Amino acid sequence: MQIDAVIDEETVLQVENVSVYYGAFPALRGVYLEIPKNKITALIGPSGCGKSTLLRCLNRLNDFILGARVEGRVRFGGMNLYDKSVDPVEVRRRIGMVFQVPNPFPKSIYENIAYGARINGYQGNVDELVEIALKDAALWDEVKDKLKNSGLSLSGGQQQRLCIARALAIEPEVLLMDEPCSALDPISTGRIEELMHELKQKYTIVIVTHNIQQAARISSYTAFFSTDESRTGQMVEFGPTTRIFGQANDPRTRDYVEGRFG
Amino acid sequence: MSKVGHSERWKPKRSLSRWSERAIKFIFGAFALISIATTLGIILSLVFETIEFFQEVPIGRFLTDTEWTPLFANPKYGIFVLISATFLTSVIALLVAIPVGLMTAIYLSEHASQQTRRYLKPALEVLAGVPTVVYGYFALLFVTPILQIVIPGLEVFNALSAGLIMGIAILPTVASLSEDAIYAVPQSLRQGAYALGATKQETIQNVVLPAALSGIVASVILAIARAVGETMIVTIAAGQNPRLTLDPRLSVQTMTAFIVQVSLGDAPTASLEYKTIFAVGMTLFLITLILNMVSFWFVNRFREKYD
Amino acid sequence: MTPLNLKPDEQVDSYFDSNLAKRYWFDRVFVSTAFICTLVGLVILALLLFDVCKDGLPRLSIDFLTHYPSRRAGQAGILSPLVGTIWLLVITALVAIPIGVGAGIFLEEFAASSLLAKVIEVNIGNLAAVPSIIYGLLALHVFVRLMNPITGGRSVLSGGLTLALLVLPIIIVATREALRAVPEGIRQAGYAIGTTRWQVVRDQVLPIAFPGILTGTILALSRAIGETAPLITIGALTFIAFLPPLVPLTEGLRSPFTALPIQIYNWVSRPQEAFQIAAAAGIIVLMAVLITMNATAVYLRNWLQRTRN
Repeated sequence: MQIDAVIDEETVLQVENVSVYYGAFPALRGVYLEIPKNKITALIGPSGCGKSTLLRCLNRLNDFILGARVEGRVRFGGMNLYDKSVDPVEVRRRIGMVFQVPNPFPKSIYENIAYGARINGYQGNVDELVEIALKDAALWDEVKDKLKNSGLSLSGGQQQRLCIARALAIEPEVLLMDEPCSALDPISTGRIEELMHELKQKYTIVIVTHNIQQAARISSYTAFFSTDESRTGQMVEFGPTTRIFGQANDPRTRDYVEGRFG
Repeated sequence: MSKVGHSERWKPKRSLSRWSERAIKFIFGAFALISIATTLGIILSLVFETIEFFQEVPIGRFLTDTEWTPLFANPKYGIFVLISATFLTSVIALLVAIPVGLMTAIYLSEHASQQTRRYLKPALEVLAGVPTVVYGYFALLFVTPILQIVIPGLEVFNALSAGLIMGIAILPTVASLSEDAIYAVPQSLRQGAYALGATKQETIQNVVLPAALSGIVASVILAIARAVGETMIVTIAAGQNPRLTLDPRLSVQTMTAFIVQVSLGDAPTASLEYKTIFAVGMTLFLITLILNMVSFWFVNRFREKYD
Repeated sequence: MTPLNLKPDEQVDSYFDSNLAKRYWFDRVFVSTAFICTLVGLVILALLLFDVCKDGLPRLSIDFLTHYPSRRAGQAGILSPLVGTIWLLVITALVAIPIGVGAGIFLEEFAASSLLAKVIEVNIGNLAAVPSIIYGLLALHVFVRLMNPITGGRSVLSGGLTLALLVLPIIIVATREALRAVPEGIRQAGYAIGTTRWQVVRDQVLPIAFPGILTGTILALSRAIGETAPLITIGALTFIAFLPPLVPLTEGLRSPFTALPIQIYNWVSRPQEAFQIAAAAGIIVLMAVLITMNATAVYLRNWLQRTRN
């Protein structure tokens, strides 16, 4: 495994020797990774290489998969996320997530965003929070007159931005995005990519993407994942995006980013 | 976790929600166990009273006597008298329910248009929702008088009309469960058969039905269990006359009808009569249990899995 | 139907003798048979409704609904059975709905694909085939005999508990199916903004599953209303000329009872024609209650689904 020896950045998440097992099957083995603050880090690689699995380790969403087991440590703010004393619900409040398929709640636009704030005991003004979140997600102008409408009445791209607003409303420090554009058309995709550029001023973003060009366009750092002969995922290489796409150390990475593989 | 930046703006009640999460899980888990408790309760109450019954009536006589007269001064306890009546009415019912139910299922899933299905399926649900006491009324006061015109020697209470109407009552069970099974057969299988030049009927008979077999058999076995355990239709229309016969024109008493007869008589608990209905109930339960096991075995053995 | 205008046997030198005419004839016979079989159930249903209405409609009146059963057939009414059925309905609903829905939530949301869930699933499959009269025997032993000090023996409470046990599996299965139909993405979205499992279920999943659960529950209750055998087994009476008192409630719950199907059975089994006519009128009332419940279920489901989107 190749990691650039020095990342001259402040990092918020440190993944230390993480392996994930589904039952007896090792889905991901021995990952070391540091997520730099206020940057976009892309996780790329072929299907089944464990990149989504790793992403779900970062907010303990793997807890809900029956038989899934995580080994190793994920450090966040000096604590191991998998420590017994850590409440996974609090982890998810501080590390937000956006999913592949837009999944708004079948409730009003307002409720979609206010719900997370209310359930997590937000002390400020919820109306303001909703407005700020929608503005941050570049959706405010389109929906400000119809906050009472169902979230499902929006277009696919708008729904995904609503889901981003929903994630931002709980004021997370890190935003995880699991192929957020794969269900969207190119125009909506472009808007979300623009939005991510804005968001990285305030948030640390980790994005899983199948789209190599997208990773090259938006991310500062890239981790490339692949599978070994037994179909267990592993991280091959991690470094600044320019180097991964320009002069990757590992031939597998070069093959993949140049489209000769997968 | 350490305090970072804006933490003071969030005051979640984590310990409260953790606590309520645990409480909810515990309470709902206890609710889920009630269904297990029901099964255990059924087995324990039946076993308990049945053992007491066999302390007074030898099991050999229970299985070999050819008369059932527990309410007489000189009681006889030949369970096969009641079983013969249950068998007779059930066979008649199944002769109606299985072919008609299966053909209905085939028609609904393979032939009927969406429009027709929209009306036929709710109608079948109404048929399934008619209380059995209503079917009993219909069998006794409508079907029997008509059959008496055609069949000489048909008693007022008889196994035939009870069985026929019971067949109608369990027909929706066969039809709707079989239809689910037939409907689940993938379209590609049918297209494969058509591509070989099979007609619709040949496709259904040679491809669709074999593929849906395990579901169809499960529906048939459930129908048998329903017929064996059906109470009100046979009580009302087949009578209260325990005799060892397979003549459908005669009045007979099924296992279930006997339990009703004793229950109406308000037998004091701990009397032998009271224990008798549990022994009969145990026999009934064992029959349905065996049917269940056959069904379970069959479905697991022959189920076709499609992705 | 001749799809191709060619006779394979003559035009093509072939080993095939497809004999299409005969096969298509058989095809048609098969479809016709299937159609006739489908009609059998419907025709019988129509005959049944016609027969009951012909006998019973003239007998229906306000007096019939407001009079107690009587030894004189001409004066007999169904007040106490109707009220008894309402008591049973309420008790059954209050017991079976929270327990059934709770158990369904546990099995689907908290313990999905655990060993316990599998055992309970098999168990519920078994219970579906257990005759209702066996539930009556269980209730006779447990509710009437063992729990006599609490239930008051052969009481309306015992009856309601019996019916609740009987329909519990139906409600559990309906709840699980309704929950399973809720997209997994909704749950994930909930978890990802920092909610507990129960909060997700309560605030997001249950509201979506509600129409399905409601429909299944009403259908289960309508099944309970029509049940006769288990109530006879636990000793519902057939002649009751009083109503269970609402105050004090404990006395009402512990009072003897009758119900519509019991009264209908009693009247059917009498030889006098006048009682059989009363039975037909009682059946019309019972069926009216059932059809109202079913129609409500269908209407509520459609209404809730419309208003959501």
